[in-house]
Amino acid sequence: MSTPGTHVLSHADQAPGGTIMRSSRGIALRGLRAIVRLPSAFFPALMMPIFQAIAFSGTFFAITKIPGFPTDRSINWYLPLATVMGAGFSGVGVGFTTIRDLESGFFDRLRMAPVPRTALVIGPLLAVWVRTLLVLVAVTVVGFLFGARLTDGPLGLLTLALAGLGMATIGAGWSLGLAYRFGDMRAAALMQLGLFNATFLTNAQAPLSVMTGWLHAVAKVNPFTNILRLGRQGFLGQVTWANTWGGLVAIAALSLLAVVFAQRGLRKLHG
Amino acid sequence: MSAAVPALTAPSPAPSGSVWWAQTWAMSKRSILAIVRQPALVMPSLIFPLFFAALGTSSFGRATALPGFPKVDSFLDFSLAGSVVQGVLFGSVTGGTALATDIELGFFDRLLATPTSRVSILLGRLAGAAAFGAAQALFFTVVLLPFGVNIKSGVPGVAVIVLSGALTAVAIGGFTAAMALRTGSSEAVQGSFPLLFIALFFSSAFFPRQNMDGAYKAVADANPMSYLVEGIRGLTIEGFTAANVAKALLVPVGIGALSMLLSMRALRGRLAAR
Repeated sequence: MSTPGTHVLSHADQAPGGTIMRSSRGIALRGLRAIVRLPSAFFPALMMPIFQAIAFSGTFFAITKIPGFPTDRSINWYLPLATVMGAGFSGVGVGFTTIRDLESGFFDRLRMAPVPRTALVIGPLLAVWVRTLLVLVAVTVVGFLFGARLTDGPLGLLTLALAGLGMATIGAGWSLGLAYRFGDMRAAALMQLGLFNATFLTNAQAPLSVMTGWLHAVAKVNPFTNILRLGRQGFLGQVTWANTWGGLVAIAALSLLAVVFAQRGLRKLHG
Repeated sequence: MSAAVPALTAPSPAPSGSVWWAQTWAMSKRSILAIVRQPALVMPSLIFPLFFAALGTSSFGRATALPGFPKVDSFLDFSLAGSVVQGVLFGSVTGGTALATDIELGFFDRLLATPTSRVSILLGRLAGAAAFGAAQALFFTVVLLPFGVNIKSGVPGVAVIVLSGALTAVAIGGFTAAMALRTGSSEAVQGSFPLLFIALFFSSAFFPRQNMDGAYKAVADANPMSYLVEGIRGLTIEGFTAANVAKALLVPVGIGALSMLLSMRALRGRLAAR
């Protein structure tokens, strides 16, 4: 009825979790080994948010003096932005890796192997989450050295981590979807541009209460504003449910959309 | 036996003045046409500075009322200078990358096999960068005018801003050309982009030095990029003064002298290594 190869494949697909997780873990480990084997690819993803946190808080140091600004430490405003953006770009990094795999033919070998298709999305996601935690720790430590302070204890770190991991998931889903659809480096610019615009068309640089003009209208309805609010609250005041739920809903909805986008892209690639 | 080899390794015959100009002009035309024919390569250097200017105007509009902030009608007036320098910096990386690509693809070697002046190859590339830098400065000024930018120095000021754009492109293009000649790798030249970005951010390109503090202000004070930006900004928000013109023109000339020296050395090094 079926060749041994297809039998193994369908068996793997129907395995109750175990095989999917084992394969996902293998793919994730491969992604993490790349950090050691090709540090030049991970280094910018680590350094850019650190640079961004320092540069933005130094350049725009004086905006904390604008009446109504929620903190008197510019690093407290820009550190969460840099962390969340860095996490998003860590997610986008997996898209670059996938494009390389597609171009080098490694992805074809993966497809021929008895690897459940779901693992091709879950595996990179697991790697992205670990990379994101590395970015989060590095940026936060440097941020504290440059004067950042938590305003409601360690809970602020937890909300920042949630925002970062959410952003990484969205970035990964978005970039995987594009990588599977384009199959080459043409997708790279779109990956970065999409995330860049989504993040900057928010209260990224200044609070809504300080903003004027068109950006205020856009940022107010942009769900990424909620994610930034979630990540920032522990550096601006108390962690409250009012500042949390909007971010969680945005992360859940956008992550779901992004992962579905990636899954459909993968199916198109198979087609 | 191998007639082409001596031509490759030997210095080119010194051309007469008119021939030298013709060769430099031909090389310049080639690098300008490359920009015109591949607009996608330079589009980011036109769009991103405008995007940042629009974001900054909305985000920091109220910062203009802060003590120490220069007297401006709007944050957009303040942003123009930063947009011009930012765009020119980004564009200059494209020029260096193109030179590195010529080396990677072997076109540079084919040029060396011809009796073309070696200096013309470099100057042609930098002339292309200058033309694009001037076009960028004019583009940002013209695009932002309908949005309320008011250039106090008028048409003469715009002329100086455009000239400053051209000189800055040569100055920065000299560094990227030196890197291209030294490494022969377009990836390495692209890798210089973060360095330029850092140089720009640690200056007064996006916010006035008067409103900075501590070590960051000290770095911005020592960064020549700050004075270049402030010269162009002065022409926009203060008027046509000798100090503003001098800063807008002499700073890139100074940086350019250093970068030209480096790029000529790199060219000599590449020719000697053949």
